[in-house]
Amino acid sequence: METSTALFLTMLIPTVAMAGNMAFKDRENLRDGFTFICALLTFACVLCILCAVGNGTMEEIALFEVVSGLTIAFHVEPLGLMFAIIGSGLWILTHLYGIGYMRGNNEDHHARFFACFSIAIAAVMGIAFASNMFTLFVFYEILTLSTYPLVAHKGTKDAIIGARIYLGILIGTSIALLLTGVIWTFVAAGTLDFVQGGILEGKIAPSLVPILLALYAFGIGKAALMPFHRWLPAAMVAPTPVSALLHAVAVVKAGVFSILKVGIYIFGIDFLAQTGASEWLMWLAAYSIIAASVVAMTKDNLKARLAYSTVSQLSYITLGMALATSMGALGGGMHIAMHAMGKITLFMCAGSIYVAYHKTEISQMQGLGRIMPITFIAFLVGALSIIGLPPLGGSWPKFLLMVGAADAGHQIIIAVLMLSSLLNVAYLLPIVGRGFYRPVTDSKLPKGVAEAPLLCWLPPAITAFGCLILFLYAGAIQDFLAPIVGL
Amino acid sequence: MAAEETHHVAKTFMDHLPVLQVVIPLFAAPIIVFIGKRSLAWPIAFAASAAAFVISCILLIQVLDGGFISYHVGGWAPPLGIEYRIDAANALVLALISGIGTVVLPYAYESVKAEIPKKNHTLFYACFMLCFTGLLGMVATGDAFNVFVFLEISSLSTYVLVAQGANHNKRALTAAYDYLIMGTIGATFFIIGLAMLYMATGTLNMADLADRIADEGTNRTIRAAFAFIVVGMGLKVAIYPLHHWLPNAYTFAPSAVSVFLAATATKAAIYVLLRFMFSVFNPSFVFEEWTLYIVFIPFSLLAMFAASFVAVFQTNIKRMLAYSSIAQIGYMLLGIAMLNATGLSATLVHLVNHGVTKAALFMGVGAMMLYSGSAFFNNLNGLGRKMPLTGAAMVASGLSLIGVPGTAGFISKWVLVQAAFENGWWIIAIAIMLSSLLAVIYVWRMFEVLYLTAPDPQSTAKEAPLAMLVPMWVLAIACIWFGFDTELTLGSARVAADGLLAGSAGMAH
Repeated sequence: METSTALFLTMLIPTVAMAGNMAFKDRENLRDGFTFICALLTFACVLCILCAVGNGTMEEIALFEVVSGLTIAFHVEPLGLMFAIIGSGLWILTHLYGIGYMRGNNEDHHARFFACFSIAIAAVMGIAFASNMFTLFVFYEILTLSTYPLVAHKGTKDAIIGARIYLGILIGTSIALLLTGVIWTFVAAGTLDFVQGGILEGKIAPSLVPILLALYAFGIGKAALMPFHRWLPAAMVAPTPVSALLHAVAVVKAGVFSILKVGIYIFGIDFLAQTGASEWLMWLAAYSIIAASVVAMTKDNLKARLAYSTVSQLSYITLGMALATSMGALGGGMHIAMHAMGKITLFMCAGSIYVAYHKTEISQMQGLGRIMPITFIAFLVGALSIIGLPPLGGSWPKFLLMVGAADAGHQIIIAVLMLSSLLNVAYLLPIVGRGFYRPVTDSKLPKGVAEAPLLCWLPPAITAFGCLILFLYAGAIQDFLAPIVGL
Repeated sequence: MAAEETHHVAKTFMDHLPVLQVVIPLFAAPIIVFIGKRSLAWPIAFAASAAAFVISCILLIQVLDGGFISYHVGGWAPPLGIEYRIDAANALVLALISGIGTVVLPYAYESVKAEIPKKNHTLFYACFMLCFTGLLGMVATGDAFNVFVFLEISSLSTYVLVAQGANHNKRALTAAYDYLIMGTIGATFFIIGLAMLYMATGTLNMADLADRIADEGTNRTIRAAFAFIVVGMGLKVAIYPLHHWLPNAYTFAPSAVSVFLAATATKAAIYVLLRFMFSVFNPSFVFEEWTLYIVFIPFSLLAMFAASFVAVFQTNIKRMLAYSSIAQIGYMLLGIAMLNATGLSATLVHLVNHGVTKAALFMGVGAMMLYSGSAFFNNLNGLGRKMPLTGAAMVASGLSLIGVPGTAGFISKWVLVQAAFENGWWIIAIAIMLSSLLAVIYVWRMFEVLYLTAPDPQSTAKEAPLAMLVPMWVLAIACIWFGFDTELTLGSARVAADGLLAGSAGMAH
């Protein structure tokens, strides 16, 4: 298969999946099976591209020109390809998990749910393969709009208000700040193409670079940089599969992925280092890391705690870009993969606890670990990966980020990263401890082992195992990503 | 068209196109009344507007190379005779007006049946044709006095059309009366301005006026004339402090009339304003000497923020859309005030994009009103789910109103902000973005009412009739189409903007 065909198919197949969900609205097995096949095919297409291109860069394929100078165009480069692999690979697992969750929980409107989900995946593929900022922006907005119905899914008052905050912040920042920044870039540089080394050097006064960077850093609201992080906890009203894929993988990762893309291909790491324009962002990201972790400790609701943990972890990636060193950017890129694997495990575990026993608060989970051992062990593994302990995947990006911080001469950042790990321990491990060591207080819970449905506990078990595997293959990922920073 | 051809008396059918597109609907109106049969009124009106649309498309294609077509009515050469002059700027507006007219008529067929008493149907279509004629005429003509004549034809018939809403809600009568008073003041100002120009120059042909103003330089009479014309036309445009008539007229008019007015009436007036500012008085007179943009920018910013803000708190969806229109006019005015080619093309492209978008939205509301009986938000609960196709069309056009990428509205906003950056007006660029956030709020309120509230259990709503759905979807698809393929819209707007900025030089014989 031609690589370009495969590339278009990665966006087309999820769209077909959406159409299938609409068409087979009431025949649930056919509908869900069809979507599952589409998910497999999408992943296969991404793998095809991987085999054909490797970590090289593929020529741009322009689809059409909207306005002169602004084209909808795609290309393949390592960072985007990695994002596409994560997105499409985890779609398969989340879809399985979603079937288990939606049926096990008797949620309504399955067809609408999976249809929006598929569109969101198509948008993720578009973001991953976008070869210019304009294309990325278009798919970024499609992603926001297609996930809105997912957040508002339950249709309760809480869900509507949560969805309003979600949409308000994401659309608001993207229109008011990001779009302004994009147009400014276009007027200044005359192009929006992603080019190795950036397009802005010499095109814009150095004193204005921090302002433009601020438009991007805050405008990409999906990266949840403080103070624009409120949408993430608000979006936790959505059903858990949504939180799992969209808020641990697709949406937030689309945000930090865009941040990295902008840093590497629009500004250029060297240009940022020369002008020192990103230093303020580095400190803000460091603040975000610590502050969000502290807030997470105060949350009793499991999903809210995980949401704040995500806010904190996303800032690692922003920090990696803002360090303006190649190691930092590399660490940021790798953290996209590692955090995705770890966090989706945690969210899926939270969801299976909810499906099995309708527990949402951590204080209610006393002794639950002995009833749901697989879920809790998976949670433990995911948590350890997030904390960054070997032998789990999450340890490598932290290591690279620290190297990057040392390169940039910011020892304090190393201290921040270490402190953050300790805070992660403090808010994640007690959940597991409570589950295994405290006695069961709720008399309604069964005696002995009684796990959630198979489709609820199996996917997190697989991703937890994935965290282990990633530790061993971190070197391969690092080599794979190396070209993006010119190593 | 090459200049040497323009002095010839028209010989072939093709040469008569500029006047035919005005004359056909003009004659359709009395024919409808004389035949007097209800069943024939609609087909005649539709045929006339379709013919006008075809003609305007042919004209647009002819002038896209940046040239112009000059037609002498009755073979009398200007400046004595009346001249019709088509260039890219007015060909684009003509295509918009006749296109919307053609799309609106099939929609009107069902909605007029539901909203207007049977005995008035023939007269309604006759009036509609007159309004259509007036708008086309004031855009096509190259004669200043002729603009006034057509302005009055369209205005007078619009008052009648708005008043037809009285069957549904008596407030349509006061709305029409308001509009009549304000519109007449505007027209009076305009004619006073024209009279002064005539006094100072002795001619009423636009190209001739431009030459003589350029030769003579400015004097107090010409300046006063300019002020009168801008204020007079400003009333018809509904420039922010002069917008008072608009919300009621849009809210209480019959659905089909709201659609047509929202998409065309103010747009034609904006075109006339542009024509006078750039072609009759040249840009340097208007902006460099007079720095009119100092007046325009605050008013357009006020429109963008104040009108959007008011829109957020409306309880009636039609009124909300009306206030949104006032805000959008602010964007168009801002584009003019930028005084660069990009800004002007933003104005022109937004004129088309917003016309299409707003028409689609008004169509959606009109279709829902068939079942809900009113356009109040709390009567529309959950109708998006009961009328999925209508709802989806409203979502598509609503997104275009916000300016989400992939829709027509996005293109307008992009070009407008680009123009602001080209001038180095950072604050204006940010203001445009911030004001569009208000659009997010009011459009999203509409979406939540349509989809996320429980429908009234007694509601009998079902999908809108096909005759309404098709026009609605044609426009909704256009909202998306023009977000990706901008060759036609932005391409023509750029040619037109260059033509206008060339100023009176482009008008010279």
